[in-house]
Amino acid sequence: MKLTMHVNGREVTGEAEGRTLLSAFLRDALGLTGTHIGCDTSQCGACTVHVDGRQVKSCTMFAAEAEGAQVTTIEGMENADGSLSVIQQAFQDHHGLQCGFCTPGMVMAAAALLRDIPQPTEAQIRAHLDGNICRCTGYHNIVKAILAASGQPVAMAAE
Amino acid sequence: MYNFDFVKPATVEEALAALSDEDAQPLSGGQTLIPSMKQRLNAPSKLVSLLGIAALKGVKTSGDVMEIGATTTHAEVAAQATAYPALAALAGAIGDPAVRNRGTLGGSLANNDPAACYPAAVLASGATVVTSGREIAADDFFDGMFTTALDDGEIVTAVKFPIPQAAAYVKFEQPASRFPLCGVFVAKYADGVRVAVTGASEEGVFRWTEAEAALSADFSAGALTDLSLPADGMMTDLHGSAEYRAHLVKVLTGRAVSAAA
Amino acid sequence: MPKDGIGASVKRREDPRFLTGRGRYTDDINLKGQAHVHFLRADVAHAVLNGIDTAEAAAMPGVLRIFTATDFAAVGGLPCGWQITDRHGQPMQEPKHPIMAEGKIRHVGEILAAVVAESVEQARDAAEAIVVDYEELPAVIDMKAACAEGAVKVHDDLASNLCYDWGFVEENKAAVDEAFASAAHVTTLELVNNRLVANPMEPRVAIGDYALHDDSSTLYTTSQNPHVIRLLMGAFVLGIPEHKLRVVAPDVGGGFGTKIFHYAEEAFCTFAAKQLRRPVKWTSTRSEAFISDAHGRDHVTKIELALDGDNNFTALRTDTYANMGAYLSTFAPSVPTWLHGTLMAGNYRTPLIYVNVKAVFTNTVPVDAYRGAGRPEATFQLERVVDKAARELGVDPAELRRQNFIRKDEFPYATPVAVEYDTGDYEATLNKALEMSDYAGFDTRRQESAGRGKLRGIGLSHYIEACGIAPSNLVGQLGARAGLYESATVRVNATGGIVVMTGSHSHGQGHETSFPQVIADMIGIAPDQVEIVHGDTANTPMGMGTYGSRSIAVGGSAMVRATEKIIAKAKKIAAHLMEAAEADIELKDGAFTVAGTDKSVAWGDVTLAAYVPHNYPLDEIEPGLEETAFYDPANFTYPSGCYICEVEVDPDTGQVEVQSFTAADDFGNVINPMIVEGQVHGGVGQGIGQALLENCVYDADGQLLSASYMDYAMPRARDLPMINVDHSCCTPCTHNPLGVKGCGEAGAIGSPPALVNAVIDALQRAGTDVGHIDMPLSPDRVWAAMNA
Repeated sequence: MKLTMHVNGREVTGEAEGRTLLSAFLRDALGLTGTHIGCDTSQCGACTVHVDGRQVKSCTMFAAEAEGAQVTTIEGMENADGSLSVIQQAFQDHHGLQCGFCTPGMVMAAAALLRDIPQPTEAQIRAHLDGNICRCTGYHNIVKAILAASGQPVAMAAE
Repeated sequence: MYNFDFVKPATVEEALAALSDEDAQPLSGGQTLIPSMKQRLNAPSKLVSLLGIAALKGVKTSGDVMEIGATTTHAEVAAQATAYPALAALAGAIGDPAVRNRGTLGGSLANNDPAACYPAAVLASGATVVTSGREIAADDFFDGMFTTALDDGEIVTAVKFPIPQAAAYVKFEQPASRFPLCGVFVAKYADGVRVAVTGASEEGVFRWTEAEAALSADFSAGALTDLSLPADGMMTDLHGSAEYRAHLVKVLTGRAVSAAA
Repeated sequence: MPKDGIGASVKRREDPRFLTGRGRYTDDINLKGQAHVHFLRADVAHAVLNGIDTAEAAAMPGVLRIFTATDFAAVGGLPCGWQITDRHGQPMQEPKHPIMAEGKIRHVGEILAAVVAESVEQARDAAEAIVVDYEELPAVIDMKAACAEGAVKVHDDLASNLCYDWGFVEENKAAVDEAFASAAHVTTLELVNNRLVANPMEPRVAIGDYALHDDSSTLYTTSQNPHVIRLLMGAFVLGIPEHKLRVVAPDVGGGFGTKIFHYAEEAFCTFAAKQLRRPVKWTSTRSEAFISDAHGRDHVTKIELALDGDNNFTALRTDTYANMGAYLSTFAPSVPTWLHGTLMAGNYRTPLIYVNVKAVFTNTVPVDAYRGAGRPEATFQLERVVDKAARELGVDPAELRRQNFIRKDEFPYATPVAVEYDTGDYEATLNKALEMSDYAGFDTRRQESAGRGKLRGIGLSHYIEACGIAPSNLVGQLGARAGLYESATVRVNATGGIVVMTGSHSHGQGHETSFPQVIADMIGIAPDQVEIVHGDTANTPMGMGTYGSRSIAVGGSAMVRATEKIIAKAKKIAAHLMEAAEADIELKDGAFTVAGTDKSVAWGDVTLAAYVPHNYPLDEIEPGLEETAFYDPANFTYPSGCYICEVEVDPDTGQVEVQSFTAADDFGNVINPMIVEGQVHGGVGQGIGQALLENCVYDADGQLLSASYMDYAMPRARDLPMINVDHSCCTPCTHNPLGVKGCGEAGAIGSPPALVNAVIDALQRAGTDVGHIDMPLSPDRVWAAMNA
C-alpha cells in the first residue's frame, strides 16, 4: 500500500506492507536512520518518535497507523538554521551521550517531557525515562542534561 | 513478522464485518500484539484497526459512573479520568510514557495479561465491560490467563466504572518488564470493599475475598493483620516465588488501603 | 598551553552527529544489491545433529541459497586467542569452534543453517521450512555437575568438560596452606558472580561485500577492534590475505567487551558475499543477541582469608569454577586466569596467595570478557571476604582495609601474584571517599530512614585493576597468541592540520575529542586542527582496538610517540628555515623559536616547507611530515579507588534502593575530566545493574530463561542515583608518557561489592544474621534471606 504522512514538516509518500512498522518505514523507505532499533520487545526506546505530538515507540506501531499523521524524528529536532536545539545542546554540554545509539530516543523522550512539564524534578525525569534504556551513561548526565534544558541550574562537569 | 492485510474502518459495524473473516484480529494500541507478532507467535491474516472509530474513544462521567471508550489510551485516561483518581493514577503508571500514548483500555482487557494493571481496576470496581453485542460484568469477564468471556469477532467498546468512595492501586514492579510482579486495587463502595489482585496468580486477576470481608468491616490496614493468602496457585518465576507473591499481596493490600483511606 | 588541551572538559565533537540522527552505524549501511541472511538457531541445548533438510526451504520465494556446516568443511573454526597452561603443565583442552553446528548442537542459539534471501522476512519464512533431524541429549548446565565423574560431555572428543585446572601461583600452594593452618582467624565465603549479558544498545550487525574485479572482501561490522577481526577471520577462518580483506567498524553503539570477539556471523557474511557475489547483511535482533553474543562473568567461588592476631592479612586462598560455555570465545580462557588471578592481592599486602580456577564447558552460550573481565570477579570476592572478616572481628571495615593497605611509600610493589604495581595511594582514595560520602554522619541518616520504616546500610569497597592492556612479551609468556601494543599514524598536512589514524576504536569513549587534546598540548595548536580517523583497516595502521581500559594508556601513548617523531623532524626543518642549530629550537604555542633570540617560525610555515620543499634540507631529511609509532607498554597500569554505597532496604518487600553512591578514583593523569566522569557513571551503572538487577539464567535443560528485556532486568533511570565522583587523588602512571592509567572499567569493577556490603550492613544492623546474598540482590532474594 502507498502511505502518505508528514515527516519533520514535509509530506512524504512511500510503499509499505501491512506489517511494515513505522520504524522500518522511516529507516528503509525514507532513509531516516536516526531512529534506531535496540530491542524487539518494545522496551529500549531507541526508536522513540513523536506522532501527532505524542511520544511513541515507532517499532511498536504499524506504519499504516501513521497515515496522514504528523511525525517528528530526531532528524527534525534541530533549529531551522541547523544549530542544535536547546535539548540537543544540553545533551552535548552535559555529556548526556556516549555511544549515541539510545540518544535519538532520549532526546525525543526529553522533548515530550518538557512539553508537558517545563520544569520537571529529577524524580519526574527519571520516571519519564522508564521506557528508554541507556547502557553507557548510568543516566547521570542524561538527567543533568534534561534539567539543564529545562532552564534549571545544574553543575557543569569538572574542569 | 508474517504479513497481513491492514484495514482501518470508521465504524463498529464495519469493524465487525471485517472481523468476520477467518483469522482476522482486532488491533487497538498494539503494545502487546506487535511484540508477539515480531516473535511470530501470532499470525492474523487481517488486522482490523479500531483506532479510526471515533465512537470508541473518550471519558464520560455521569453521576456515579464513569464510562471510558475502549480505544482511549492510558495517557488519555490518566489525564481525563479526574473523577476517579485511583483509576487515573493506575493508567498514568502503566508501562512507560510511549506505551501510554498507544496502549488502550480495551486492548488491555481483551488481552487479559495476568500481569496487566487494568484488569485489577475493572474487577475491583465491579465494572461492566460493554462489548459490540452485550454487557459483561467484570466478575464474569476475566477467565484465566489471556482468556476472557469475549467471543470471536466480539470487541470491547467501553467500560463502565462505578466510582467508589475511596480507592487506590499499589503495584510492585517486576524489575525487568516493569509489569506488576503483584498489583492490588482496593475500592470501597457503600455496599462493601472489593480487592482485586493482578500479577500474582496463575489464574490471572482475582478477588481476595477474605480481605474484602475484613476491610468491609474495618477499612484500615490493621484489619488485614490476621489474614494470610496461601501460596498455592500463585506464580513462581525468575523474579519471585509463590510464597513471595502471596506475601506481597498482603503487603500491597495494606498499602493500598492506607493510600485510599 | 591551549585552553582545550590536557585536563580540559572539552565538549565532544562527535555529539552533533549523534544528536541529530546522522551517526553512521553498521545497520545504517545498505549496499547496492544486498541480500539478507537469517540464521536458523538451535532451540535445544544439547543434541546429536543427524541432518538438515533444506530442500523445501530452498525453493521458497526470494531464497538465494541456504548454507549449512557442510559448506564450511574447508574453512577453519573460530580461533581462540589465548592458551592457558594448567597446574600440571598441560595445555588447556581446546575444542573446535565451528561456524555452524557440526554433528552436534551444544547450546541454544548455535547456528544450524543460514538462509540468504532477498529480504529478511523471506529468509525467515524459509528458515521455518527447514527440517532439522536431531536427537536431544541431556544438557550440562551446572559447572560442578559438569566436573563430576561420568558427567555428560559437551565435547565427545575431549577427555572431560574441564577446559583447564589452573593454579596460581602453584609454587605458593604449600606455603599458603601452612599459613592457613597457623592463622588466628579465617574468614570463609562462598559466592556466585552472576552471569551477565553485556547488552550494548546497538545489537550486532555484519555486512559482507565482495569485489570481483580485484578479488577483495570487505566486512562492515559492529566491532571494538577491526584489525583483530581482520587478522582472526582472514588468517584463521577464511584464508583471505589481509591485503584482500578490509574490515570497517563505523560508529559502534557500545561494546563493553562483547564486541571484541570474532563471531561466526562475521565470517559467514564475508564468506557468503563471495559465494553469491552479492553483499550479505545480518542485523541481530535483541532476542538473537541474548543467545549469540558472548556472555560475561559466571564464576562460583570459595574464598578464604587468613588473618593473624593483629588483624593483618596473612594469606588468601580461592577456589573458582569459571564457565566457558560450549566453546572457547576469542579471549575466554584469559578472563578467569590472568585477568583475575593476578588481581587477587587487591590493594593489600597479603603476602601469600593461591588461586585455583577450573574452567568448565557447559551447554550454554560462550562466556568471555565483559566490562572489567576477571577483575570484577576478583574484586567482588576479595572485598566481600574482607568485609565479612571485619564484621566477624568487630572492626570497622574501612579501618581493616586501611591497616592492610600497601602503603604509599612501598611502590613499586611486587605482589605475590606476579604483577608489580607502579604507583598508588590507597589511603588517599579511602579518605576522599569517606569524606565525600559523609561516612561519619551515617548514623543520623540511618535513624532518619528507620523513622520511615526503612533499613539503611553503608558499604565500601576498594579496587585495583590492571589496565592499559598489555605488555606483549609478558602476555606472550602467559599464553596470549597476539601482541597487545597499539599504533598511531600522525599525518601533518601541508597547511598544518593533522590527521591521526589510530588503531584504537571509539564506541562511546570520545576518542575523537580527547585524542586531539593531547596533540594540541604537545604542539600548541587548537584541538580542532586535529582529526581522528579510526575503525577502518584500510586507512589505519594495524592496531589491537579498544578494551581493557587501554585506549589512552596504550593508543594515546602510541600517538604521543608518533607526535614526538613529528616534532623532532619539524624542529630540523625549522632549524634549517631559521638557519639555527637544531638543538636550539623550541616548540611552544604553535611556533618554533630559537632559544635566546626573537627568531620564530610558525607551525604552519614548517609544515608547508615539508611538502613544498623549495628551501629544505633535502640532503638530510625526506620531505613530508607523517610518522607512525607502535607503542608496547612496559607494564600494566593500575587504576585504583574506593567506592561507597548507601542503601535503604524495605523490610516488607526486600526492595533495595540505592540512596547514594560515591566513587573516588585514582586514574593517574586525566585528559578530559568530563569524559572520565561519564565513564565512571556508566561503569557504576552497570555495576549496580549486576549487583541489584541483572541475571542471566538457564534452566536445567539449557533453555535461557532471561532471554529478553522482559526477564533480563536492565538498569533504568529510576534504579540509579546521581553518582558522586572524584578523581583528584592522582598518582600518575610511571611508565607511559602521559602518566595515564585508564578509566573505562573501574566503575563496573568497584561497585558491586560496595552495594552488596551495604545491603548486608543494613540487614545486620537490623538484627538479622544474614551473612551473604548472591547477586542480583533482587527483592525476592533479599526478602527470602531476611525470612530464612
